[in-house]
Amino acid sequence: MTPEASPSTRFKDRAASQLVNRRLPIVIGNATDLRERRRREAFAPLDGDGLRDAAEAVRAHTLANLDTYLERFADRAQARGTKVFFAADGAEALDYVRGVVRQAGARVVAKGKSMASEEIGLGHALEADGLEVVETDLGEYIVQIAGEAPSHITAPAVHHDRAEIAELFSRTHGVELPPDPEALTAFARGVLRETFLTADVGISGVNFAIAETGSFVMVTNEGNGRMVTSLPRVHIALMGMERIVPTHRELGLLLPMLVASAGGRPVTTYFSFVNGPRRDDEPDGPDEVHIVVLDNGRSGILAGEFRSILHCIRCGACQNVCPVYRQVGGHGYGSVYAGPIGAVLTPLLSGMDRAGDLAHASSLCGACVEVCPVKIPLVEHLIGLRRLAAKHAGAGERASFFGWARAWGSARRYRFVGWAGRLGQRLVTRRGRIRRAPFPFSRWTADRDLPPLARRGFRARWKAGANGSERPDGT
Amino acid sequence: MPPARVSLFVTCLVDLLYPEVGEATVALLRDLGVEVDFPESQTCCGQPAFNSGFDADARRVARTLLGAFDDAEAVVAPSGSCAGMVRSFYPHLFHGTKDEARANALAGKIYELTEFVVDVLGASSVEGRWDGRVTYHDACHGLREIGLTGQGRQLLSRVEGLELVEMARPDACCGFGGTFSLRLPDVATAMADDKVAQAEATEADAMVAGDAGCLMHLAGRMSRRGAGMRPVHVATLLAEARGLRERPGAPAAGVPGR
Repeated sequence: MTPEASPSTRFKDRAASQLVNRRLPIVIGNATDLRERRRREAFAPLDGDGLRDAAEAVRAHTLANLDTYLERFADRAQARGTKVFFAADGAEALDYVRGVVRQAGARVVAKGKSMASEEIGLGHALEADGLEVVETDLGEYIVQIAGEAPSHITAPAVHHDRAEIAELFSRTHGVELPPDPEALTAFARGVLRETFLTADVGISGVNFAIAETGSFVMVTNEGNGRMVTSLPRVHIALMGMERIVPTHRELGLLLPMLVASAGGRPVTTYFSFVNGPRRDDEPDGPDEVHIVVLDNGRSGILAGEFRSILHCIRCGACQNVCPVYRQVGGHGYGSVYAGPIGAVLTPLLSGMDRAGDLAHASSLCGACVEVCPVKIPLVEHLIGLRRLAAKHAGAGERASFFGWARAWGSARRYRFVGWAGRLGQRLVTRRGRIRRAPFPFSRWTADRDLPPLARRGFRARWKAGANGSERPDGT
Repeated sequence: MPPARVSLFVTCLVDLLYPEVGEATVALLRDLGVEVDFPESQTCCGQPAFNSGFDADARRVARTLLGAFDDAEAVVAPSGSCAGMVRSFYPHLFHGTKDEARANALAGKIYELTEFVVDVLGASSVEGRWDGRVTYHDACHGLREIGLTGQGRQLLSRVEGLELVEMARPDACCGFGGTFSLRLPDVATAMADDKVAQAEATEADAMVAGDAGCLMHLAGRMSRRGAGMRPVHVATLLAEARGLRERPGAPAAGVPGR
């Protein structure tokens, strides 16, 4: 099972491999349009702008004081008996988790949904150690048995419709299942219950960690989060270091913002609070709770112009409205984080040299900015990343913009280029349109016609006073 | 008091490819009692370079607008994208340069055409006649940078004979995105196909938009696929409805507004 949809590291190629499947935008569109409609309905009666301002302020304040809040969280969590481990990178986090799993003598690991675990490739690492790792979130379970990576932050299997899921379950489990969501869910639940009862270690993500209390919280719809965190003897939680709130007061704002933005529901079915390992007077709960606080490039982001990307509360709303995501799906991005948030976050986490081209995987339409509950200026960040990429752009691209700016930088040269273009286009214009243009416009004309330059441009017409455009001074 | 005289920022796409949109804009503004001038030193807002991260190149081009419009009382552009570039990003682009004050001044007095007509001139609608069914594409930057709230639709609302039918997602991007349409042509084309399919489902005679960039992209795709719908700029449509321009009998393929 490899997480990559395609071995290519370039967005252009991965997107092309996804564009072959023309059902994909329909499947993704159906699911994401529904979520976006519900999100709009949820915010309609509320002061959405005011709430977003407030949520942004909470995130900005928290990040500005992140060291204080992380330290407080660690102190309070440890006081509750939770073991806190700060991991500088994915390797450190993996080592720690592997150590805990080995110590526990585990054979089966039940996993809840965790983007941080995807980020460090935890599932595959544990499997390589010979463990049986079972994803217990339904969407994650689907992509796991399909041998795929999740393609959406809150809906990992959004790229599959019910018929495909029925086919997948039937094929992998040797049963005959109808394409009925209830039947499919019931079937998966049956399989997963076994896992919960036999798992020695449960691994979960964290939606928010509360500095004031040293506890942390997860939102789920299926209840698997609660099973993962309470049934196995050992619970390991993973969180990105920015996933923190100062107190329950801020949690009271961010939790509903997350839930409403993700799916437009007022609440998810389960809010699970983890306060630490089972106390002596409690009948159940894990004997050990570990929390891994993952840096993995985040402190570098914190110090720079892209800090506000760490405001993200992982609701996936930007993915639901992104027209590029709709066409190429999460796997088109080839990274854990897809869509607008991924196009900004991935180059920052993985490096511009490896993922910088993702900054261009956007038409800059701005739909994402409109829905972001914590007001991340995604368009500005995308342009900011392009600015970084431009510094290392190839000679051809730099020369193109240099030449274009020289030409367009004066009206005289601009007119000359227009004149030359009108001459040149005679070679390629047929019946009022250009079907094959030279590079770089060949990229356009591969699938689209190009209009020729007008025989007389606006400024020539204005000058000539044609069509009522005579100059008011009468000359 | 709304300004009695405005300067036209015609935009490079309209100047070079769709001059009739510029003429329609001038005719419409004059029809509404506004004097129009056209400073000829203008070229382009610089957006292709800015959006690609080449700020110095963008500034070089953008300065043609600073020079052209220093003395203008108000500037009107038949494009939400180009006007949005000036309004939203010039203050940032020229921050800390000697042209900062001029850039801020221009950002404060530039308007997208339908915004200017409705919000500044206070014309709630345009009377006229245009027989046919249209669907309206909300160009992204007009919608989200200028903050248009339906001024274009409002202007069409009193045009006799015109029936507006909304497509499923009128505010979804058409895939143009400037250099995006050249960098990722396959993705851009897939986005255009999505948009064209939505528009076709309305069985409209024309797809109206306020930006020549979107229209060029959608027209180019429709022309390649042989779609029968006419892509038309809102300025052109309004000028036709007012009888300021003649409505073409049959749409010429691939050329919005003609």
